[in-house]
Amino acid sequence: MTIKTGIEVSIALADAVKMCNPDVVAAYPITPQTHIVEHLAELVANGELDAEYVPVESEHSAMSACLGSAAAGARTFTATASQGLALMNEVVYVAAPMRLPIIMAVANRALSAPLSIWADHSDMMSVRDTGWIQIVVENGQQALDNTIIAFRVGEDQRVLLPVMVHLDGFNLTHVIEPIIFPTQEEVDKYLPKNRFPLPLNPDRPVAMGDFGPPAIFMETKWAQQVNLVNSKKVILQAWDEFDKAFGRKYMPVEKYHSDGAKVLLMTMGSSGETASVAIDEMRAAGLDVGQIRLRLWRPFPFEELREAVKDADVLIVIDRAMSFGGPAGPVASEVKSALYNQAKKPKVVSYIISLGGRDTTIDGYKDIVKKGMEIAAKGSRNEFEIYGVRE
Amino acid sequence: MEKYAIYVPRLVKKEENFAPGHRACIGCGEALAIRQAFKALDNNVIVVNATGCAEIFSSQLPLTSWQLPWIHTLFENTAAVASGIEAAYKAMRRKGAQLPENTKVVAIGGDGGTSDIGLQALSGALERGHDFTYICFDNEAYMNTGVQRSSSTPFGASTTTSPAGKNSIGQFSWKKNMPAIAAAHNIPYVATATHGYPFDLMAKVAKAVATKGPAYVHILSVCPTGWRSPTDTINRQSRLAVQTGVFPLFEVENGVYKMSVDMPVLRPVTDYLKGQGRFRHLTEDTIALIQQRVELEYRKILENVKHGSKAAKTQG
Ligand SMILES: Cc1ncc(C[n+]2csc(CCOP(=O)(O)OP(=O)(O)O)c2C)c(N)n1
Ligand code: SF4
Repeated sequence: MTIKTGIEVSIALADAVKMCNPDVVAAYPITPQTHIVEHLAELVANGELDAEYVPVESEHSAMSACLGSAAAGARTFTATASQGLALMNEVVYVAAPMRLPIIMAVANRALSAPLSIWADHSDMMSVRDTGWIQIVVENGQQALDNTIIAFRVGEDQRVLLPVMVHLDGFNLTHVIEPIIFPTQEEVDKYLPKNRFPLPLNPDRPVAMGDFGPPAIFMETKWAQQVNLVNSKKVILQAWDEFDKAFGRKYMPVEKYHSDGAKVLLMTMGSSGETASVAIDEMRAAGLDVGQIRLRLWRPFPFEELREAVKDADVLIVIDRAMSFGGPAGPVASEVKSALYNQAKKPKVVSYIISLGGRDTTIDGYKDIVKKGMEIAAKGSRNEFEIYGVRE
Repeated sequence: MEKYAIYVPRLVKKEENFAPGHRACIGCGEALAIRQAFKALDNNVIVVNATGCAEIFSSQLPLTSWQLPWIHTLFENTAAVASGIEAAYKAMRRKGAQLPENTKVVAIGGDGGTSDIGLQALSGALERGHDFTYICFDNEAYMNTGVQRSSSTPFGASTTTSPAGKNSIGQFSWKKNMPAIAAAHNIPYVATATHGYPFDLMAKVAKAVATKGPAYVHILSVCPTGWRSPTDTINRQSRLAVQTGVFPLFEVENGVYKMSVDMPVLRPVTDYLKGQGRFRHLTEDTIALIQQRVELEYRKILENVKHGSKAAKTQG
């Protein structure tokens, strides 16, 4: 029987990890990820979770220990944020080409300087090209569900890739939400045992992470690309079967009153919920607006995006990270390039908002839509707009 | 000597865990030391290799010199990767996975990957008490990137980033004392070894791996390329390092120091320095300074040995 509880999202996520029965959790604390790893340490300490908790001395070592653990064939979890992810960066790159299914929750937080502990997506963007599957969630339920889904996808023999579940720091990690918990039996039914095909094992020696000369390197990178793109089929299937088992449906691009709407607002992460309220109010006032939410950041869902925006005239893309001196927000840049060669495409307006935890209110989103429509009609000298900044 | 030649091969098992056919330079002491180290072990070992000469010369795709399960990920995280493997085996075994008996994790790295960039990860792993062995193959510089100084490069050695010149004597600092740093973590086993004393080396590696908990073995590995020494003198250099007291051979078992090869009289350091191009520029004054320092450090170890045996006696 499923249970609905009011619970802090970090704790719920850690409980979801527990239900997936990992063998190794290696982690280093950083705000706002701390509650996740603290709760896991507690579960291990209390004997509620039979896993090795490796309290490493840095994030670099956290991800390194995860590499070793996953290579040995163990189910492996870690979590981090911001500077921790930046320190891990070198190691994060290694996991995907070595096909090690490590699952990592990223409690998204701004990167220094100035020091900030609050949410934005700068950390997520810094690992965009590491080859990981990256799922972005919007609320606590999605965080719990997609943590379970991440293990199933990453460890699937057709995939064998590391997976990040991105959840906004504080806005999600530290809020208490009503969350539906599946039972252990349901999780066990949904998530098969981890069977890493070529683990480090003296009975059957393998060499992993060798030195790749130019004669072989490009082939390995191409294989990595093919592998990541192909993982989408498995992700869709895992989401589908999750829907069948638990009645909650996830899609790479989720639509909210978007069919036929001429103006679309595109969000990624927790800002999507506030934006949805703004959309409701604008629609009630007779405006032809809808919303799309990007759930799958890597592999990027080109087809689903193109399909979702095909009838719109204006697409306002919300980003929570900068690409300094670059063309637009990172998400908007990708959306633009995904649409550029399409015969029929909306005008794309890039809005950067809510950096380092700055709130954007319901009225703020309405304002953004209004201004975005004006820009789409009249144009702007800016490559992108930044919202709510004091100049 | 004749008998030695007859019996020695019989004492060492035939199988090679580190197979012939690799890309090391001619006369590489590191390749020799690795071969010796892994000959001392059964094949119940998982090897974690840091970036550096050893990884590059043994693993170029699509070939490998390793007959053991082997993993390389990065330069500085070898001890952390080993931690993860050890933890994984512990957890999986506890949960009833069918895994080979008595599997051991051995992490290997150069002096750069050990005493500089990887020191934090190594310290973390030793402190947490993982059951694994870390072996540093110390060729006294970053050889893989072309002989740059490390903190393990000896005082006065000329390298490409500590070149001897009008205003420079070469390496300006004294060699970092990695065995002491490892021992300061209060781990059960620390030892020094070198390929010029192969049985000593093999016995120590075997002992380290059989130790429950973290063990650290520091192996001086002559690099003719970086040391600017003839390729056929590596074992002679290795033995001279020991005989001059430059690289004493000892063990630290649960904090108790024990000399492995005692030198009642040390040879003068010039015997060691003169065979190597990296020390060619040294003046007599600098050599005298090195002589002094070597004697001082050697006495310190003897003191430690004395304290150790006293402590052992009072305990007994
Ligand atoms: C983070 C990082 N910095 C630098 C390098 C380049 N690099 C590779 S091996 C190496 C030196 C290795 O020296 P050492 O550990 O002493 O091993 P050796 O090659 O001498 O056996 C360096 C600097 C790297 N791979 N990664
Ligand atoms: S540079 Fe030195 S350590 Fe490296 S392979 Fe050559 S001889 Fe061996």
